[in-house]
Amino acid sequence: MSDPNSQVALDRSDSRVRHDEGIVGAIRGFFDRVRSGDLGMLPVIVGLVLIAAVFWSLNPVFLAPNNLANLLFDAAAVGCISLGIVCVLILGEIDLSVGSMSGLASAILGVMWVQMGLPVPLAILVALGAGAFMGLVYATLLNRFGMPSFVSTLAGLLAMLGLQLYLLGSTGSINLPYASFLVRFGQIHVMPAWFSYLLAVLPGGLMLWLGLDRMRRRAAVNLSNPGGLSVLLAKAGILTVLLLVAVHYLNGGRGIPWMFGLFVALVVAMNYALTRTQWGRAMFAVGGNREAARRSGINVHRIRMSAFMLCSTLAALGGMLAASRLASSSQQAGTGDVNLNAIAAAVIGGTSLFGGRGSAWSALLGVIVIQAISNGLTLLNLSSSLRYMITGAVLAIAVIVDSLARQSRASHGRG
Amino acid sequence: MTQNQSPSQPILSLRGISKQFGAVQALKDIQLDIHPGEVVALVGDNGAGKSTLVKVLAGVHQPTEGTIQFMGRPVTMDSPGAALELGIATVFQDLALCENLDVVANLFLGHELSPWNLDEVQMEVQAWTLLRELSARIPSVREPVASLSGGQRQTVAIARSLLLDPRIVMLDEPTAALGVAQTAEVLNLIERVRDRGLGVILISHNMEDVRAVADRIVVLRLGRNNGVFTPEDSNADLIAAITGATENAVSRRQARKLEDVER
Repeated sequence: MSDPNSQVALDRSDSRVRHDEGIVGAIRGFFDRVRSGDLGMLPVIVGLVLIAAVFWSLNPVFLAPNNLANLLFDAAAVGCISLGIVCVLILGEIDLSVGSMSGLASAILGVMWVQMGLPVPLAILVALGAGAFMGLVYATLLNRFGMPSFVSTLAGLLAMLGLQLYLLGSTGSINLPYASFLVRFGQIHVMPAWFSYLLAVLPGGLMLWLGLDRMRRRAAVNLSNPGGLSVLLAKAGILTVLLLVAVHYLNGGRGIPWMFGLFVALVVAMNYALTRTQWGRAMFAVGGNREAARRSGINVHRIRMSAFMLCSTLAALGGMLAASRLASSSQQAGTGDVNLNAIAAAVIGGTSLFGGRGSAWSALLGVIVIQAISNGLTLLNLSSSLRYMITGAVLAIAVIVDSLARQSRASHGRG
Repeated sequence: MTQNQSPSQPILSLRGISKQFGAVQALKDIQLDIHPGEVVALVGDNGAGKSTLVKVLAGVHQPTEGTIQFMGRPVTMDSPGAALELGIATVFQDLALCENLDVVANLFLGHELSPWNLDEVQMEVQAWTLLRELSARIPSVREPVASLSGGQRQTVAIARSLLLDPRIVMLDEPTAALGVAQTAEVLNLIERVRDRGLGVILISHNMEDVRAVADRIVVLRLGRNNGVFTPEDSNADLIAAITGATENAVSRRQARKLEDVER
């Protein structure tokens, strides 16, 4: 062992480990992971296919390009809120006030912009600042007084709902001007077709480029490349084909909303921060074992602060996107199912409620599931009462899958 | 006292360390020297002050009296970070690993290479190199720590303490929860760490482990030094120093056994 054998890659010297080579190996490794409870994105993709099939058979309009474009418009607002929820869930905390926060942000936007006539960017900045401030308050309550986030955010929910009602006053709702950029952004603006095709080939190309760079660097330091070139090419190829088909289909109708593009850009940025930076590593460490993280020199208080501030700020952004989508700031904004939809989306997408596990992509996939259900039920002319019940059931199923997968991971020794 | 017999200068030397918690005198006038390339075992009964001494050395507690010299200079360690910066790494009893992260992430936790664009390839190479130097048997560094056995986790915890290039590694009960083979692996690892020229402080209740690897055995009793032994000294003397009497539960039990055999 002590004499490094240059023929064997550094990470291949232990004969006890099976190494999966090539495409067959990659597929075998995937099934092994799923069997041991490391489900990843699998449940949500299976769920999405099922939902699409059921609603399409009940009403073919569901899969019409224009309906899907509408779905994407609707998904962006809740998706932003859900992206913030992913951050606090990774820490094993929760923010129950994101709905109120989004409602408050839309009220701030309406009052400052329409009633007081202030410039839109200023109103947006103030709303985002209010979000950041609320996150700071929650984190401070947790860090200083050990107040569980479950309770502090519940208190925040009520307080911010009150502030929202107070700001909107007796009129109850403020209409945003239809001709303004913000409302057009939320209702009309779609990407030019050429640009959407460009965006469709970008992820596959990026994956190939980064993957080749990674393979070259690993080979240079005598590390093996699991899967190798064939798996990389297959993955990038499949991704590009799927995206091109989807984009082509959507461009057959209204096209792809810019608002959805903004949401996806945020998801990509969050994914980078969570997986490729020291901050992201610290987030998962604090969520997995807080004491271990502290002893490694991670500033747990600051990590919590960053997560809660990101969550509330993204909730404020989501609230303003919702306002621009509806062209109004109303007393109903952010109430009802917004809160639970955002949390459900993160959990359905595969972010664990127990902390230490999750991904920015879960907000994207989860919110599409939630919006697909809501959109499909609306197409079937079902009342919101039934919609609530079905969304509730889907959330329950997602949490059960999460719990079962967690138990299975524990018994298979995969954390 | 048989201290200062080693020719080299001690890395760490404690002189007259006392620690008081209110009315309780947890440590009283403790002397301790750690030389490079030696394993010093710290033994004592429950309540002897081992944990307090460990916490003083880890910077968790500050001594009420006495001086700590590190590499010949008097130092104060007012936080765990200060001790780590000096070069005293502690592997705590509860392992303090994140089970949801893989081995590489755990090894580099808090000290990742290139924080804004993690250099996974370089970190993985360094992880393999370090583990190989320690002849550690970790099957894969890309599996979550949850999938490792107790001994492998202990190995990861010890390897992590070495990444920061310390002068002294302090191990608190490293074999307490381990099986026979895994204990042997950890003891091998301790010897390899010593052979790298580091000072090792080993806290253990297990006399067999202590005798297997320690160069000197420092006994604490009721917060005071109670003799320094070598692994060659007789078990009866060592037990007597730990329990504070030649007539003790261990000796009575052995005497009874002996009578049974003779009968």
